Amino acid sequence: MSGGELNGRQQGEPLLRVERLRKYYPFTRGILFAKTLGHVKAVDDVSFTLQAGETLGLVGESGCGKTTTSKLILNLEEPTEGRILLEGQPIHGLSGDALRRYRAQVQAVFQDPWSSLNPRMTIGRTIAESLIVTGWGDRATIGDRVSQLLEQVGLRRDQSTQYPHEFSGGQRQRIALAAALASEPHLIVLDEPVSALDVSIRAQMMNLLKDIQAQTHVAYLLVAHDLATVRHMADYTAVMYLGKIVEYGPTQALFDNVAHPYTKALFSAVLPPHPDRREEEIVLAGEVPSPLNPPSGCRFHTRCPFVMERCPREEPPLIEIRPGHLAACHLHTEAAPASTPSRMH
Amino acid sequence: MSDATGDTVLEVRDLKTYFFLRRGIVKAVDGVSFSLRRGEVLGLVGESGCGKSLTALSVMRLLPKGAARTVDGQVLLDGEDILTRTPNEMREIRGRKISMILQDPQTSLNPVFTVGDQLREAISRRTRGRKSEAMREAVEALRRVDISAPEQRIGQFPHQMSGGMKQRVVGAIAISGHPEVLIADEPTTALDVTIQLQYLKLLQRLQQETGMAILFITHDFGVVARMCDRVAVMYAGRIVECGPVAQVFDSPSHPYTQALIASVPKMTGSTERLYTIEGQPPSLMDLPVGCRFAPRCPHAERRCVEAYPASFTVGAEHTADCWRLAAR
Repeated sequence: MSGGELNGRQQGEPLLRVERLRKYYPFTRGILFAKTLGHVKAVDDVSFTLQAGETLGLVGESGCGKTTTSKLILNLEEPTEGRILLEGQPIHGLSGDALRRYRAQVQAVFQDPWSSLNPRMTIGRTIAESLIVTGWGDRATIGDRVSQLLEQVGLRRDQSTQYPHEFSGGQRQRIALAAALASEPHLIVLDEPVSALDVSIRAQMMNLLKDIQAQTHVAYLLVAHDLATVRHMADYTAVMYLGKIVEYGPTQALFDNVAHPYTKALFSAVLPPHPDRREEEIVLAGEVPSPLNPPSGCRFHTRCPFVMERCPREEPPLIEIRPGHLAACHLHTEAAPASTPSRMH
Repeated sequence: MSDATGDTVLEVRDLKTYFFLRRGIVKAVDGVSFSLRRGEVLGLVGESGCGKSLTALSVMRLLPKGAARTVDGQVLLDGEDILTRTPNEMREIRGRKISMILQDPQTSLNPVFTVGDQLREAISRRTRGRKSEAMREAVEALRRVDISAPEQRIGQFPHQMSGGMKQRVVGAIAISGHPEVLIADEPTTALDVTIQLQYLKLLQRLQQETGMAILFITHDFGVVARMCDRVAVMYAGRIVECGPVAQVFDSPSHPYTQALIASVPKMTGSTERLYTIEGQPPSLMDLPVGCRFAPRCPHAERRCVEAYPASFTVGAEHTADCWRLAAR
């Protein structure tokens, strides 16, 4: 059961609406007469919304489904169930011009800029590519736009004739961002945009992303594992574990009052900012279970330090524990007034 | 953590490792000196290309063949310069006296052998014992690194294990020869955060049990704060600041250390703009004559550009290479 609307502020249709999204990958044996042995539930009933000009941080460890969610939003994968709407329009099933328009509106920047830049193309050409495809204008107009984009990301316009290998890692990530910005998208999926960068370069990139959001009002879906990065960048934060959102809320509220035991463990795994502040650590036993055969009830119960008798049996619903702050944990359903009478005996 | 006996196990003096290319000489490690005491954890931090990994490979004498060469300096392990040892002698030293864990367990483990085979290879080279004995020791080694059901795991191949578990196996192999010095080169960078914490705790426990010294190479000040007794900060092939962890965090003395600590996003405080260091590190082929950080330094003066600064003492065991400290 999903807790319904996340970030459901009534101010018209949000930019992005994700509804009851599921993505199951079949797990098969054999080649010719392949037999389906089961499904990897990479994303399992995920709902959220994102407003224009805002950033949603999607946090979790490998295999939690954050990358699959971003692939579904980028329309690179078809969902098994559920819908994604951009400005009220379902995005799956688009084709032709409608799909091309969608691609112009939703762009991506990935962790490794090498993978998004063609080593045999000048960076000017790479940035111009999406403008040519979407029919931005004639050569001169496109040339002007490329120069403008390069300056927007802090590079010089004369660098457009250089090749990717002539740039440092941080500069390449700026080029990838310029290419993503070219078609004036409304949403950019940032998949670990700074985790491959050095500390000093990382700060530059994070500042740049924030500046660009302020200038263009673009929304970001920030997929990241580093909580401090999310804290600096995101207005809202969703924590995922094994294909489900386990906690969601306005970033500041969530960071001030962490509710879910998994989120608590993630927070306690953040290394201290100073040697004197080696705080109490929650070391989780074992590793993330296989999404092929996720644990029953609450998927976190096998590693949870607060596990209760009902956790393996009942899946906790994602409920509002404070205004706008949701968590899926029986520790919080227990506290709900409805359950108190049964606990009196 | 350390009992600070002042008993030095590894001392590196003025180490220089260069790449000789047709285009020129890349001075990747250019005069690095530090010492490591018994039972101590020393962090070596810096950004990519600063020479921290190459320093480790020079100490291990595992430099990429043909490309890089240590041209000067000494590496004293228990007082003996291992740079003068023959390759055969080095093979005896590696694993028994000094050992290393790399960032990616995938590159350290052979995919076509079981983890048991790989552990036994490390163990039997040392014991020259019987197969059954080596097997027993291998199971024991896996148990020491918290691998559950080691009797079953020992027959598995690396691909059947998760990243965290593989890195534990690498750790087990590295310490199987009871080395006095363990070099850990970004061992947790490829791991998830909760697994990283497990691994750091494991390393800390092993360090306390065995009393080995660890040279911990990382780019993450959080890892330094969590693990290390002392820290050395590297920039463009040199150590620019070195001192006890708490002192370096409280009063970083080199502008580069100050900038690095300030530019890390924090879990508390303001989320406004982050502090940034403008520009890029210098090309290692064309290093500035003076301070290597001067072109990016907000406090650079004329003398900074003219000559490389001396090491100035700023506190107990705390030194930094910056001309501004001379005035004090």
